[in-house]
Amino acid sequence: MTAHASVRLQVDGQPVEVPEGASVAAAVARVAPTRFRDSVHGAPRAPLCGMGVCFECRVRIDGRVQLRACMVPVREGMQVDTHG
Amino acid sequence: MNGYDLIVVGAGIVGACCADEAAAAGLRVAIVEPATVGGGATACAMGHLVAMDDDPAELALARLSLQAWEAFSELPEAEFSRCGTLWVAASADEAAGIAARVARINASGGEAHALDAQQLREVEPALAPDLCAGMLAPREAVVYPPRMAQHLVRRACARGAALHRRAVQRLGRGGAVLDDGSVLRGPVLVATGCALPRLLPQLPLRPRKGHLVITDRYPGQLRHQVLELGYADSAHGSDGSSVAFNVQPRPTGQVLVGSSREFDVDDAAVSPPMLARMLQRAFRFMPALRELQAIRAWTGFRPATPDGRPYLGAVPGHADLWVAAGHEGLGVTTAPGSARLLLDLILGRTPAIDPAPYAPSRVLP
Amino acid sequence: MVERCDVAVIGAGPAGLAAARTAAGHGARVLLLDAQPRCGGQVWRHDVAHRAPHAARSAIRAVGGKVDWRPHHQVVAADGRRLLAETPEGAVAIEAAHVVLATGARELLLPFPGWTLPGVTGAGGLQALAKQGWPLAGKRVLVAGSGPLLLAAAATLRRHGAEVLGIHEQASAARVAAFAAQLWRWPARALQAARLRAALTGVPYRCGSFVRRAFGTTQLEGVELHDAHGTRQIACDHLAVGYGLVPNIELAALLGCALDHDTVHPRVQADELLRTSVPGVLAAGEAVGVAGLAAARIEGALAGHVAGGNEAAARALRPARVRARRFAALLARQFALDPRLRALADAGTIVCRCEDVPLAALDGCVDARSARLVARCGMGACQGRICGAALAELGRFPRGGLRRPPLFPARLATLAAFLQPTIPEIEP
Repeated sequence: MTAHASVRLQVDGQPVEVPEGASVAAAVARVAPTRFRDSVHGAPRAPLCGMGVCFECRVRIDGRVQLRACMVPVREGMQVDTHG
Repeated sequence: MNGYDLIVVGAGIVGACCADEAAAAGLRVAIVEPATVGGGATACAMGHLVAMDDDPAELALARLSLQAWEAFSELPEAEFSRCGTLWVAASADEAAGIAARVARINASGGEAHALDAQQLREVEPALAPDLCAGMLAPREAVVYPPRMAQHLVRRACARGAALHRRAVQRLGRGGAVLDDGSVLRGPVLVATGCALPRLLPQLPLRPRKGHLVITDRYPGQLRHQVLELGYADSAHGSDGSSVAFNVQPRPTGQVLVGSSREFDVDDAAVSPPMLARMLQRAFRFMPALRELQAIRAWTGFRPATPDGRPYLGAVPGHADLWVAAGHEGLGVTTAPGSARLLLDLILGRTPAIDPAPYAPSRVLP
Repeated sequence: MVERCDVAVIGAGPAGLAAARTAAGHGARVLLLDAQPRCGGQVWRHDVAHRAPHAARSAIRAVGGKVDWRPHHQVVAADGRRLLAETPEGAVAIEAAHVVLATGARELLLPFPGWTLPGVTGAGGLQALAKQGWPLAGKRVLVAGSGPLLLAAAATLRRHGAEVLGIHEQASAARVAAFAAQLWRWPARALQAARLRAALTGVPYRCGSFVRRAFGTTQLEGVELHDAHGTRQIACDHLAVGYGLVPNIELAALLGCALDHDTVHPRVQADELLRTSVPGVLAAGEAVGVAGLAAARIEGALAGHVAGGNEAAARALRPARVRARRFAALLARQFALDPRLRALADAGTIVCRCEDVPLAALDGCVDARSARLVARCGMGACQGRICGAALAELGRFPRGGLRRPPLFPARLATLAAFLQPTIPEIEP
């Protein structure tokens, strides 16, 4: 393990601290690991592929909806909301 | 003995409506379709049920059809959504014409209201702030055409129609010859859309390419099918390529963005420059579209006649040969009315509307 | 904005890094694009908690300052040979004399009852998430599926604090033994396997074993495992399950490159110098057929030589390439999927996760298009990447609709950027 600076952001209104360079998915995992979004029939969904292909990890980031949490690195002060 | 009262060639939305209407009237019906039912222009269409008022004949056909569509408003397969049609003026000229258009639509039995700038903003907040006049037809709706075509074919088959998964090789005396050599006997109705010239080369028809893009789901982003009032100029203008603002809220929350028109393009591939042109036109009216995520783009070909009206009626010079094709971009809207008119003519009933404007003989010497 | 360069390399994994470095070494102006925020691709994905392997660090160091590295550039459309990339700052059009497709592969994920439960991920998928900082300390993880990737994934998960309950390889013990017996031909592979086994001391490795079902109400609670001894249930927090890799051929298809369809999952067709059927477009690495890291690095260099104009140097790499590619044949043979895996999904199992389409809804669908039209299958944001590959593997129908932009969901504003007239560059 190497020491890393951390980044603070909010997921569903809750403060989260994750290592710099982590993805938004990793931040969401600390608050709502089992419900990133609701499927079209309302079932909870969370990341599947981890590499930007499956779109199961879509969340709202700073007001923009339908973004892949696994593709976006965390930034200080980011506001992330699950459930699309 | 393959004898039928009507052989419907082509199972797009128009053929499917005709087959359904004929089977409901008690005819022994054959449907001939080698590919996916509703898989041609029907599958590429927006599925907007709309009355265009710039041609009285087209308006009459649309009105007859929209009444018929009401029967499907609760059908799950139709995915019927009464979002209404909002027409937006892009210029003072277009705004000045609204009162006359409202009057024409109301006189035809439809419902339309003029909207001022504030009302526009209230009914559709995402519109560009400088737009200042519009017209709302609140009863109009959208459907999902391919599933609707499939439903109608299934319903016709449940009433005894026979679906032949074959192509018609040629029309013969008293029937149709299929590509496996078998012969179906009976009156023939050709409803093959853009493929019409293969069977009826005497009726001029050109494919007119269009593009559509659909976005991810953004519930509440858009409330109405919204078009620019100049849409008819793009739709009915006969030359060159054109784009017009035309967006639709799908029941899923997705936004469907159109539209483009091009003649003389065979390639079905999405053209990135045409797509870009179409989208920039849309942004002019609804800047918020810029940030929505597109999921898919596709193209389709509309079957366009020289005067923009479909061919509905008897093919001159042939006994027992009928045509229902050439609906350009209004095939989904006007399919039920087209079917009704055709069956009126075939069965010798009093036509529901004047058939003369659609008679195929109009384009023949 | 239009960017011009000599070589545009799409994908910054091992193949793309090698291509970019090699082409730049011949003096070419190289743009290296990847949708990810860091280079390395999947196998060398940046790990927020652990140092990258030496080879990855040196490959990444080697392009530093020599190529124009563009993270967050997702190629979403093409007009002829002009590429359009979406970036957080807007759209970028790219015109290059040569394009090297190093688009890699994704995991093959097959549907089974319960696979949509949160907690079920790909094997490489959970590995990627762990490297991004997904908390795994103390979590019980079951690794399943097929292929050597399972070992690599399990080792990463363990390094991140997971309790790896076991690795369940669907291939039989005989097949796996036959694979291991051939490994000496690829010493780097053999060494890596030995290292992974050491890192996984104490973790059971079971052959001929597969997950039949995942259960849980709102999240994964456990799985049902099947092997020669029967069926048993095991509780876990995560299931990391992957059945190998599928080449990413979407950009190649959009550019009009011919594909090889002799396997279930198409590959980009390329000649011995990795030229595709489209002039100026080369392909390297997993996109031309899954063969692993060594082949990807050699092919990247080979394509980089061709793009950089040094065909002799490219030809010199052909024997090494052939040798590395033999590994792919061995992989495909020894890790061939048990046919029972194609029958795990039942009528109610969701196949298209984007649109929640169950398998039964596809009855009567003869191709991908009819599945879209009738059942909305493949109409969602993943554009059929997950369900399309799965249904092809299940023997339903091949994936369709490959040649339409956008390649990934893209802002409408990005797609509208193609119209902007090309501004002629002013010569200095």
